[in-house]
Amino acid sequence: MSKTTDIEFLKSQAKLYRREILELTNAAKCGHPGGSLSAVEILLTLYSCQMNHDPANPLWEDRDRLIVSKGHISPAVYVTLANQKYFSKDEYKLYRKFGGLLQGHVYRKVPGVEFSTGSLGHGLSVANGLAIAAKMQNKRYKTYCLLGDGEIQEGSVWEAAMTASHRELDNVCAIIDYNKVQENGPTNEIKNLEPLADKWRSFGWHTVEAIGHNFPSLLEAFQKLGKTKNKPLAIIAHTIKGKGVSFMEGEAKWHGKAPNEEQLKTALAELN
Amino acid sequence: MAHIAATRDGFGSEIVELGKSNNKILVLSADLEDATRAEFFRDAYPNRFFTVGIAEQDLVGTAAGLSMAGYIPFIASFAVFLTNRAYDMLRLDVCYNECNVKIVCSHYGVTVGEDGATAQCLEDLAILRVLPNMKVLCPADVIEARKATRLMAETPGPIYMRTSRAPFPIITKESDPFILGKANILRGGKDATVIACGGLVSEALNAADDLIQEGIDIRVVNMHTIKPIDAAMIEKCVSETGAIVTAEEHQRAGGLGSAVAEVAAQKCPVPMEIIAVDDQFGQSGSPEELLRHYHLKSPDIIAAVKRVIARKVK
Repeated sequence: MSKTTDIEFLKSQAKLYRREILELTNAAKCGHPGGSLSAVEILLTLYSCQMNHDPANPLWEDRDRLIVSKGHISPAVYVTLANQKYFSKDEYKLYRKFGGLLQGHVYRKVPGVEFSTGSLGHGLSVANGLAIAAKMQNKRYKTYCLLGDGEIQEGSVWEAAMTASHRELDNVCAIIDYNKVQENGPTNEIKNLEPLADKWRSFGWHTVEAIGHNFPSLLEAFQKLGKTKNKPLAIIAHTIKGKGVSFMEGEAKWHGKAPNEEQLKTALAELN
Repeated sequence: MAHIAATRDGFGSEIVELGKSNNKILVLSADLEDATRAEFFRDAYPNRFFTVGIAEQDLVGTAAGLSMAGYIPFIASFAVFLTNRAYDMLRLDVCYNECNVKIVCSHYGVTVGEDGATAQCLEDLAILRVLPNMKVLCPADVIEARKATRLMAETPGPIYMRTSRAPFPIITKESDPFILGKANILRGGKDATVIACGGLVSEALNAADDLIQEGIDIRVVNMHTIKPIDAAMIEKCVSETGAIVTAEEHQRAGGLGSAVAEVAAQKCPVPMEIIAVDDQFGQSGSPEELLRHYHLKSPDIIAAVKRVIARKVK
């Protein structure tokens, strides 16, 4: 896959991805738009600029791997993979529907998806396993793991965080989609994550913060991967839940609710 | 050769053997490698052994990742910690994702002994066998534990094996077959069948010895594979002996007895009793004291056999 750093192109792609996320959840009458919309630029940067991957050969041995640990953001992941030509957009029709390929949470049998998730707190351990394997096999591929902010309230994330630093997995990158809102409200009210960067640093990670909707900022953060020898990289991507749709931004109620026809129309008008 | 040995020792020795010829085999531990005997592998192949510290959830996920890169990771811990605490990881990472991860858990049953209830796993067969894609093994002695370890390495997909801390009598022979899902008849008989697993197979054999003195001739089946259960063997035993007693070191709900009853109830209903722990936690004590207390000894099997024979339709 050829990489691009054409910011205007990426911005127009981000709008397209957002429109399709909304259409997908609207058609399914359910799904998780809030955390999908917050992760659009992160996913676009990974697939269009950062990762070595080949949609024509999804199981290419030397590909970089992404484990999407926040598995409920399937709309964002499927839209990304379809636009990257991993599979036809015809599959959208049966998203979350009986007999469809595109299961409600990210699903390994979808071309381009590395691992099925949907229960939180699983992905980082799996990413570590792939990274340990890469080191044992002298492979140069990198393993990325996209986590939700609420997700890291799961203790298993911190078990994995300790393993990555203890094993000096400088081929692992955790990206935290820090949109500051979880299903039932703001993270700082439900269980505060701060000081978040200090937490990752104290667990032995090289930690940087980025503006998660700004391509140059994300690109700069990703450049740090592998640059601090023997340390995994944590990117805390500051994002906005529901980004791009005025009435969804920062609203917990859009964590797991689909827009109806009227809301879809309003939202799409904002994304032209 | 010793006449008794813990089945965990069978895993420990065989995994070292397998590691000689197959460098895809890894062993991962969560700080109990001394107790599970994974330490034998650690000492033989330090570069293919990992500990993740006391972190069972991380243990499972890390193994899943390694398996996706082509390795065959064996993960080992106590049955309570790995199967109960990390259940969501076993379900999602290993079973749903169809990862080639092998799970070996020692310290099952009341024969764990002195540590008491918190270390005595009595739920693992139930919760593991209900997971799609999972296979479940319970070897009866150290010889079978070695064969089971080899079978795990050679069979693709998720497999669980429970191994014992307590030494069990050696009751099988090196030449006996050990085929996934194929139970072995250890002793022929016509009046009833005792289907047992793990250490209770030897209790069943003792029961058979005593019953024959009274003129009761029972068959003893070693059901080393709990899943897939050997339905053909169950149907055969029902049709040839007309009554079943099962025996296991596990809760009565959900274990071997339940698996046998699911077959019998649907295909060949028959008088049946389940020798198992009756919805209780274990406690501290010697293995022998605890087996007696929880009614898991040969006299308990003998009494159950007599009851099911009495219920047979004449």
